[in-house]
Amino acid sequence: MVLAVLTVAGTVAAMGLRNAVHCVLALTLGFAGIAMFYLQLGAQFVGFTQILVYVGAVAILAVFAIMMTHNDKPMAPPASSSPWILGGVAAAAVFAVLAWAIVSSTPSTSCQPPQPGATVQQIGDALMHRFVLPLEIMGLLLTAALIGAVVIAMDRREEMK
Amino acid sequence: MSSLQSYLLLSSLLFSIGLAGALTRRNAILVLIGIELMLNAANLNFIAFWRYGPNPEALTGIMFTIFSISIAAAEAAVGLSIILAAYRHCRTTNLDEMNSLKG
Amino acid sequence: MTHMALLMSQLDQIFVLTSHWLLSYLPAALQPLCSAILSVAAIIIAFATLFALTTWLERKGLGRMQNRYGPNRVGPCGLFQPIADGVKSLTKEDIVPITADHAVHYMAPVLLVAASFLGYAVLPIGRNMVLVDLNAGVLFFFAVGSLMELAVFMAGWSSRSKYSLLGAMRAIAQMISYEVPLVLASIVVLMQAGSLSTVAIVNMQASYSGIWPHWFLFTPWGFAGFVLFMIAATAEANRSPFDLPEGESEIIAGYYTEYSGFKFALFFLGEYIGMFATSGMAITLFLGGWSAPFSFLTWVPSYLWFFAKLLTLIAIFIWIRGTLPRLRMDQLMNLAWQFMLPMTLLNLLTAGVWHFIPAGLTRWFVCSTMVVVPFILLSRGLRHRKKFQVRTYRYSQ
Repeated sequence: MVLAVLTVAGTVAAMGLRNAVHCVLALTLGFAGIAMFYLQLGAQFVGFTQILVYVGAVAILAVFAIMMTHNDKPMAPPASSSPWILGGVAAAAVFAVLAWAIVSSTPSTSCQPPQPGATVQQIGDALMHRFVLPLEIMGLLLTAALIGAVVIAMDRREEMK
Repeated sequence: MSSLQSYLLLSSLLFSIGLAGALTRRNAILVLIGIELMLNAANLNFIAFWRYGPNPEALTGIMFTIFSISIAAAEAAVGLSIILAAYRHCRTTNLDEMNSLKG
Repeated sequence: MTHMALLMSQLDQIFVLTSHWLLSYLPAALQPLCSAILSVAAIIIAFATLFALTTWLERKGLGRMQNRYGPNRVGPCGLFQPIADGVKSLTKEDIVPITADHAVHYMAPVLLVAASFLGYAVLPIGRNMVLVDLNAGVLFFFAVGSLMELAVFMAGWSSRSKYSLLGAMRAIAQMISYEVPLVLASIVVLMQAGSLSTVAIVNMQASYSGIWPHWFLFTPWGFAGFVLFMIAATAEANRSPFDLPEGESEIIAGYYTEYSGFKFALFFLGEYIGMFATSGMAITLFLGGWSAPFSFLTWVPSYLWFFAKLLTLIAIFIWIRGTLPRLRMDQLMNLAWQFMLPMTLLNLLTAGVWHFIPAGLTRWFVCSTMVVVPFILLSRGLRHRKKFQVRTYRYSQ
């Protein structure tokens, strides 16, 4: 419960703060909270991967991008664009619909099912036997993303000289 | 309310917070991190269903989440590089001011 | 004979037995919590003492290598120097710049120290002496290591000064560049061991054939992996020759320029603890953890072997610091991406080949050539590719 409050507070702060770097740091707190939830649900591998990828890479990438676009000074008010009330209302409506759907549904299994085993051995087996095609496609996708990101963000001024 | 429902409620709350951020912020990078938050909320959903739902094949939820994390990271990288390139062109990351295709 | 063996095995398990005896005085409900607290306290005390010892050892060692005495005033041979340093850092005035971001400035050293200490949870320090036996222990270690980069950025950015920000950017670029060879070099061991659990990896290396142990260091891919892991660990810990982000002669102190007093000491502590943790992981993965080097030495308690290996690696770190010059930023990056990444990938290939060729002299020969030949070719090729330009001078017009 405390963890849920912390995570939600982190994400609300991430969406509401003025300073972009503070937003990313609060978001990192939210990511760490979600990773703790994964560990609580028994998915060890996914929890540690979440910390490694999101906190260790995506957050740092976002921070680098903020630095390079000179956004590290606090933004002038308003921190959000003019139709911000519409966006907030839309998000609140989405949450209302989802919450109603969740609360009014009857769960199919009323008792707690036993903890499914997810050792790293089993994950590796599944990745190599049943999910080998998504794994290879993922490798291809990551390579394409790597090359694409480098090409797009490359400084073209050297070519124009 | 069973624990599955409480986890689903939490993930839908996080999703709507991310959606609110992505719709209202005017800095392009903060919109992107709102999208990342939405992806994270969906991952939490998957793991909650993997733990509490009926699961004939025990690892589908985890596999989906692992692939989703990798794809989200790749998308964040490419999105941020596009923002950098757009910044070099328009000299601003304010989405309200990036409203002309000519240039 | 058996009496001696019983005594030695009791000495080996003395910490485990002591904690069980202490916990038996508590009610059963409190026992897991108190056992965790006891182990955590023991780890913190042990490694903080090792940190104090290492600061003294480093200053004496560096001093001797540079043909001067190290500290020798405070206590016999300067042994109480760490205490003097501690008192100094605790009593110094804590200066925070006015324009600094106070919350983030405060949190950065705390996060660094917390992340550094978290890594010890999966290191098996002795037989049956691991804090948590996680199924994905090695992954946990690398995940926690990546938290340190965020702390470095927080430190550099919150100080709002040019030197800090520059140092932080350089440090993060270096750390994320070297994280890739670090993880790839350890994957070789994971391939061979078939498990991410540190206890399983050490148990696989704790057997002997004749008098030689089955450490992964004594295989071609293991040796290459160990060397690559140690180079990447030196870069991760921002130590010489990779200490450009904190180079004292270049950007004052890099990302902790604006820190003084206790927070500076916390940064120091965090860096060294991180260095010990990565060395501990290298020992677990490649050097056989707590197992003895020869089969006739197994009577020595296991934790003594772990600390002996740790001290050897620390001595090597200090030796390298005193010997090699600092690498420039572009040289550093080139080393990571153009040399170490291909070498780690080739190492992976070698380990795979090792697994499939049946045991014998053939696989030693094949795998050794697969490791040595690309190393020679790559290092010579990269050296010859540098074009030396005519030196031009630009004068202001």
